Amino acid sequence: MRSTIMRFAALAVAGMLALAPAFAAPSPTLAKVKKNGFLRCGVNEGLPGFSVPDTKGEWAGMDVDFCRAIAAAIFNDPKKVRFFPTSAKVRFTALQAGDFDVLSRNTTWTISRDVQIGLEFIGVMYFDGQGFMVPKSAKVTSARQLDGASVCTNTGTTTELNLADYFRANKMKYKVIAFERNNEVISAYDKGRCDAYTTDASGLYAERLKLTKPDDHIVLPEIISKEPLGPAVNQGDQPWGDLVRWTFFAMLNAEELGVTSKNVDQMLKSPNPEVRRLLGVEGAFGESLGLTKDWAVRIVRHVGNYGEVFERNVGQGSPLKIKRGMNALHTKGGLQYAPPVR
Amino acid sequence: MANAPTKASRPPPRAPLPGPIEWLRENLFSSWGNAALTVVALLILYWVVVPFVRWAFIDAAWTGTGRDDCLAFENGACWPFVSERIGQIIYGFYDVTERWRVDLTLIGLALGLLWLTMPGMPGKRPVGAVMVLAYPLIAFVLLAGGFGLEEVPTTRWGGLLMTLVVAFTGIVASLPLGILLALGRRSELPVVKGLSVAFIELWRGVPLVTVLFMAANMLPLFVGLSVNKLLAALIAVALFSSAYMAEVIRGGLQAIPKGQYEAAAAMGLSYWRSMAFVILPQALRLSLPNIVGNFIGLLKDTSLISIIGFFDLLGIVQAGATDPEWATPNTALTGYAFVGAVFWAMCFGMSRYATHLEGVLGAGGRR
Repeated sequence: MRSTIMRFAALAVAGMLALAPAFAAPSPTLAKVKKNGFLRCGVNEGLPGFSVPDTKGEWAGMDVDFCRAIAAAIFNDPKKVRFFPTSAKVRFTALQAGDFDVLSRNTTWTISRDVQIGLEFIGVMYFDGQGFMVPKSAKVTSARQLDGASVCTNTGTTTELNLADYFRANKMKYKVIAFERNNEVISAYDKGRCDAYTTDASGLYAERLKLTKPDDHIVLPEIISKEPLGPAVNQGDQPWGDLVRWTFFAMLNAEELGVTSKNVDQMLKSPNPEVRRLLGVEGAFGESLGLTKDWAVRIVRHVGNYGEVFERNVGQGSPLKIKRGMNALHTKGGLQYAPPVR
Repeated sequence: MANAPTKASRPPPRAPLPGPIEWLRENLFSSWGNAALTVVALLILYWVVVPFVRWAFIDAAWTGTGRDDCLAFENGACWPFVSERIGQIIYGFYDVTERWRVDLTLIGLALGLLWLTMPGMPGKRPVGAVMVLAYPLIAFVLLAGGFGLEEVPTTRWGGLLMTLVVAFTGIVASLPLGILLALGRRSELPVVKGLSVAFIELWRGVPLVTVLFMAANMLPLFVGLSVNKLLAALIAVALFSSAYMAEVIRGGLQAIPKGQYEAAAAMGLSYWRSMAFVILPQALRLSLPNIVGNFIGLLKDTSLISIIGFFDLLGIVQAGATDPEWATPNTALTGYAFVGAVFWAMCFGMSRYATHLEGVLGAGGRR
């Protein structure tokens, strides 16, 4: 008798476990976001291509668009986001204090931030790294040719340390000319006080626009440090982390499968099973995230796939004109790779 | 007497040179030292003012829709950056369709202030009471929403609007609080005195940046409830500036001779009446230059709220200058020049009004 009851109980538990994936524990953050009626998103106070106020008084940029994508997935309305411009110093405190639901602020993913600070990084939105800019007239095509060069950079940043490492490792001599503020560095370089300018590559493209003759300068191909930038959420709400992560993966998968904001409605009729699963024609993956079946359709329709977001904000559709490089899909020689929706 | 020694007579006065040349000689070149100073000053003017005028006006780009229009003027200011963004500079991220609410609030403020500051306007007392008691509430509802108005979250406020909201709150709150604290500090009741001293010294002892940071980022962590960040910042600014105001007013109180207190007491006035009708009117008149100095300082300190993620006038221009669509060597400089000019105009206006008020009250002449 007793063993029968035990067996029934075991069966019940097993049944619940089997059903669990379909009825994943609801995310408290998602519940709060839905109750508020908007997503709260921490962004940079002004970083070209990633988050800047545009002329119309709206936030624009890659980091900003990612938050719009999450809002689109949840509310089918990319406008339901409130942006909280946040300085580098307070970003982690503010996230932990619950000032916002997602930190989408070009944050470098490192072990200490992931483990000690207790963030949950959801992926690498942008593979950045330190590079060099030189005048075209110098006829330099590789950083290896910079032996004996004077290099302009910011004081007291890791940039300076990376520079020292790189030149020592390659047994080259160099001279640092360092300044406190970005504007001072770029203006010194513009006036020819140094042979090269170094900072993170995305920054190089942005600062180049401030030169008197931007087209007379090139960014060298070498990248000498790893700066994987990505959004983060608080640890402790796994389903919320999943939702944010799969929003990003949906954007990558959409690009890989050729689904764009323009053709997403036609793609709903696509016979390709991968497209059908991504767009919710088959399967119930949206529901398992606490969203609707058409979550990915909403993301792509309102915000676009990863490639569209990249090109619009930092790529060829923007003044920055950054090449995809490491941020190209794995199928095109880059590092961006998303697990499949299935 | 006739053979008394005579002083050597002075040389006859030099005949005045014609018109402006005489003025120049008397005022700018009266001695070799003065002449040298004049030349140095002129050279500095030449080196600083002339290039600035060239940059800001003569070589500047005045029209355009993007960075290409400004890049053509590589040695001049990029004014289209300011004109294209003027809406954002004034209203921040405030929804375009709701901006009339900001306009209405600012017009109300301007009308109220004009009424109160123009000499000879009737009914200053009721208008003043409305401005101090009712206006802040009306302005709050207009700006934030409620009572049928659509909500505009404070995250969308910014620019000049934000600067004025913070400065106005600080100014309106700091004067009455400061008076109470100053009286408290001079009180003979030990508890009142002790609390006032502690309050004043605590707030004066910490930098405003720290206060703002604590209010916006740390309090929610400690207290565990999420307050509106702007509200926290406004309260912090009000308390902070009232501590400074208290000391300014205490300076005025100390300048009142003891006889005035005794005379007020001899008239049979209670403490509050003697303060309200005898002591404070004189003390405030004496403190006027410092009070206005505090207001001006407060107006400029509003820029510090950018450290807690709100964009004031300066912050919004700085953020806008990072827009790659507008990146040129001169974009940020132009923005700073514009912000400097606006701040200067506001502060200079306050300072001129204070000078006028001193004249009316005769504060300068009486002592």
